[in-house]
Amino acid sequence: MTPPSTAVLHQPLTLEFDYTRSLGPVLSQYMSGLAAKQVLGAVLSDGRVAVPPPEYDPVTHEQISRMRPVSDEGVVVTWSWVAEPLPDQPLDHPFAFALVLLDGADVPLLHAVDAGSPDAIRTGMRVRARWADERVGSVRDLASFEPAADTAPGPVPTGETSGAEGITMTSTPVRLAYDYAASPEESAFGRGLKEGRILAQACPVCHKVYVPPRGACPVDGVPTKDPIELPDTGIVTTFCIVNVPFLGQRITPPYVSAYVLLDGSDIAFLHLILGVDASEVRMGMRVKAVWRPEGERSYSMETISHFEPTGEPDAEYETYRRHL
Amino acid sequence: MTKTPAAVIGVGQTHYRAKREDVSMPGLLREAIDRALADAQLTFADIDAVVVGKAPDLFEGVMMPELFLADAIGATGKPMIRVHTAGSVGGSTAIVAASLVQSGVHDRVLTVAFEKQSESNAMWALSIPVPFTMPVHAGAGGFFAPHVRSYIRRSGAPTEIGAMVAAKDRNNALKNPYAHLRNPDTTVESVLASQMLWDPVRYDETCPSSDGACAMVIASEGAVSASDVKNPAWIHGQVMRSEPLAYAERDQANPWAGRDAAAHLWKSTGISDPRREIDCAEIYVPFSWFEPMWMENLGFAGEGEGWKLTAQGVTALTGDLPVNMSGGVLSSNPIGASGMIRFAEAALQVMGEAGEHQVDGARRALGHAYGGGSQFFAMWVVGSEPL
Amino acid sequence: MTASAHRDVAVVGFAQRQMREFDGSPNCIELLVPLLQELWEQTGWTKEDIGFWCSGSSDYLAGRSFSFVTAIDALGAVPPISESHVEMDGAWALYEAWIKIQTGEADTALVYGFGKSSASTLRRTLALQLDPYTLTPLWPDTVSIAGLQARLGIDQGLWSEKEMAEVAARSRTSAASNEYAIRRGETTADDVLAQELFADPLRRWDCAPVTDGAAAIVIAATDALPSADKVSRPAVISGIAHSVDSPSLGLRDLTRAPSAERAGAAAGGASGVADVTVAELHAPFSHQELILRRELGLGGPEDGVQINPSGGALGGNPMFSAGLIRIGEAARRIWSGEADKVLAHATSGAALQQNLVCVMEASKDKTL
Repeated sequence: MTPPSTAVLHQPLTLEFDYTRSLGPVLSQYMSGLAAKQVLGAVLSDGRVAVPPPEYDPVTHEQISRMRPVSDEGVVVTWSWVAEPLPDQPLDHPFAFALVLLDGADVPLLHAVDAGSPDAIRTGMRVRARWADERVGSVRDLASFEPAADTAPGPVPTGETSGAEGITMTSTPVRLAYDYAASPEESAFGRGLKEGRILAQACPVCHKVYVPPRGACPVDGVPTKDPIELPDTGIVTTFCIVNVPFLGQRITPPYVSAYVLLDGSDIAFLHLILGVDASEVRMGMRVKAVWRPEGERSYSMETISHFEPTGEPDAEYETYRRHL
Repeated sequence: MTKTPAAVIGVGQTHYRAKREDVSMPGLLREAIDRALADAQLTFADIDAVVVGKAPDLFEGVMMPELFLADAIGATGKPMIRVHTAGSVGGSTAIVAASLVQSGVHDRVLTVAFEKQSESNAMWALSIPVPFTMPVHAGAGGFFAPHVRSYIRRSGAPTEIGAMVAAKDRNNALKNPYAHLRNPDTTVESVLASQMLWDPVRYDETCPSSDGACAMVIASEGAVSASDVKNPAWIHGQVMRSEPLAYAERDQANPWAGRDAAAHLWKSTGISDPRREIDCAEIYVPFSWFEPMWMENLGFAGEGEGWKLTAQGVTALTGDLPVNMSGGVLSSNPIGASGMIRFAEAALQVMGEAGEHQVDGARRALGHAYGGGSQFFAMWVVGSEPL
Repeated sequence: MTASAHRDVAVVGFAQRQMREFDGSPNCIELLVPLLQELWEQTGWTKEDIGFWCSGSSDYLAGRSFSFVTAIDALGAVPPISESHVEMDGAWALYEAWIKIQTGEADTALVYGFGKSSASTLRRTLALQLDPYTLTPLWPDTVSIAGLQARLGIDQGLWSEKEMAEVAARSRTSAASNEYAIRRGETTADDVLAQELFADPLRRWDCAPVTDGAAAIVIAATDALPSADKVSRPAVISGIAHSVDSPSLGLRDLTRAPSAERAGAAAGGASGVADVTVAELHAPFSHQELILRRELGLGGPEDGVQINPSGGALGGNPMFSAGLIRIGEAARRIWSGEADKVLAHATSGAALQQNLVCVMEASKDKTL
């Protein structure tokens, strides 16, 4: 469907990566404890016990050297109701985020309380940990808290830590969904591509022809305007041959990534050169766009599949050296 | 308006490695900060403000990580600024920290720049396709290699110049205990024999991806006098210049912003002949060919002549204008910190604390960083005496 | 240090845009171009008159690395410019520019901030500002964290839901006369309290709306001002300071913002804030205005102090420019002659972790 000609183009964009975090000595103990269903607090220089443990004492700035176990039960210090949980939050049905002061700790911990409804949670209420069945050494090992009968606190663990160790890394998946929008000028360009046309624009001040057109001419700071249809032929100004594979790569190496300067434009853009052995690609080589078949065209520059040599004589170096 | 004279009185670096899995992010920063404070013979209590720099937040997957780091880096209760100017950020961060002192607002400022690239993958973070554009980008190498080709074409430089730079920097790195890459047998021939990654850039002509942090303490004239530091690196001048990423007929191999920045820097520091008056330089060379390109851009050589300095051994540790004595970005590259490492290594030279890679009698040194598409430049000149 | 040791710098130009959903590119270049045009009209200057440029924005808001890079196109930065960027609200970009002018390296500066909050789910994205080891994996959202803070104060008797509702009602009512505000209209506290709870104890109107936007400000040393026919009553910065608190939501007393107190004390200088008559506070949640007023020692409307005459962040909270907008809105009250001394505040991080205060006064030469 063609959007109205004045609207800008949108496309979903997802940022997704499982970050691998090395923990250092203090958080390693904490995560190892969680994997063993034990909550460890840091003993701070003022004697308070903090969960989760900061790696460095907030007053002396020394690295935390002492950890001690605390209970996995405690008291709600404050809470806030989450009526519509967001993706990846600890519970997928309504719950409360709360600061929970664990028995034996002096500093409260932020976590989720599975209270069912906002009427079923209150400040001062006792809660207990609900542990994940599979524990991997992550804060998610402590899955959430749940209301505990308002009985007296059980005994606070005494003595030293369980000695659990071995967790030195934690993985944090981050997945963010964005709605990416193009500028009006890029959108006009994208619509042209879908029709098989290259619609550049010129800066009204310096009259340089930009392709794709710009929300602001980088020299004069004003939008480019008035479509100028360009031919789909031009030259390679400079290029490299990509031999390196990498995560998220969409084109199989080796491939030539080249700056293509279209005839009649004043700026080159990056595109792919195919239809020729990579070792044959030259600076100044004349090229022509190879368009995707009409049914496969989109608003993206990928609508031009690649450029390929025309076989015409190369451009003289002096004609394009100012574009390097 | 006169600036308060300022000097670097403490430098700290981490060991740079592909993966520093022995430390957390706070631990990584503290390794550099604790060394810088010890070098300055100060504690956190002496610090007035903290300036943090790093490149894109997507590398670590933390939005504005300085916020969660505030306690660990001793910023709580103090002013804290986070700078991000792409690859030049380490240099820009040092300049912002210096400005806090030169403005007369603070006396002792801690600055730290870092990147823990092993939390994700730099190629991924730098190559996420932007909708509607052609996804040909292949990390920084894919972006810069075409401009290297332009430089080679324009200057007529022999093919082996890039390999000479790489071999020099990798051998210099052997004299730097913090360097990431330590390849004892690197020669021009071995570099030339390495795989072509982004033709014309070979594997051994490419910077690594590193975890690391670098920190400095910058002090006012008064705070220097009050300290026990006898060999401060006086900041003679600094500059930042930016230009757009892509505009019609932009010179991408010898960018205007870099030329402009260098000209301003030499003028403001009273240097008329940088080739003669600068004793050594740490410049941001992530791909070997950027050494000759920047030598021209900085005014150390005429246009098309930069490669001759490399070829003649001028930029070698034993040459008369040594460049990247530490091994440079080619040997250690925690992106957000790489610029600050250049600035700090320049300071170490004039402090006489560069150890095995010390240039004898270095009195005036250049620290240089660039970022984005060769469009953001940050530089400073430090000296063993006040200007 | 004392204010007299500073070089006097004034806010002389301000332009802004705020909207629910900006239908355009994440670098907001389409907004920045007209904003700059407005500033040139206000000051009579061109880009050649600007000695330093500094911006504030976020890659995570835009969804891509180096998002600020293409925003520079809006400046027309050829020939090259002296320029920097902070991954912070534009208010801190203004601070960096103020420092630059103090060093004497520049006499004038243009600062800007921009962000498209609507491009992702803002309150979820901001969970990436928390401790990445122990908190982000739980994805605590901004609204929930504010709710924890609000209830603590309610439970301790520091403020009430009614007082929060009064803040929300006043903000909406004030915003009615602000053409840029996106949530506005004559409102009473009862109207607010009649709303359903959105994130118990918060109602929707207690929370700033998700807002896109951009803002730009020109500052200049008072020895390098635009001509008097352009700027007759410059807003001279008599103090500007900022500070940060612990990131730990447990170690911090969430009912307080000591960094705001420190920043206020430093920016207020010897004369303090007693004679401030207009304050623009960057409080994205109603109870946070109450916290800030206590920390800054500011009275309220009952004491003759106008709080957030623009409607504040509850009327519109464009991330990375909302703090800068507070400075612009406060400065405008000096330009117009409505006030002789004003205070502006910006915040960053979870639950008021980081705070900046800028105090501005009418130029003494012109008012005495």
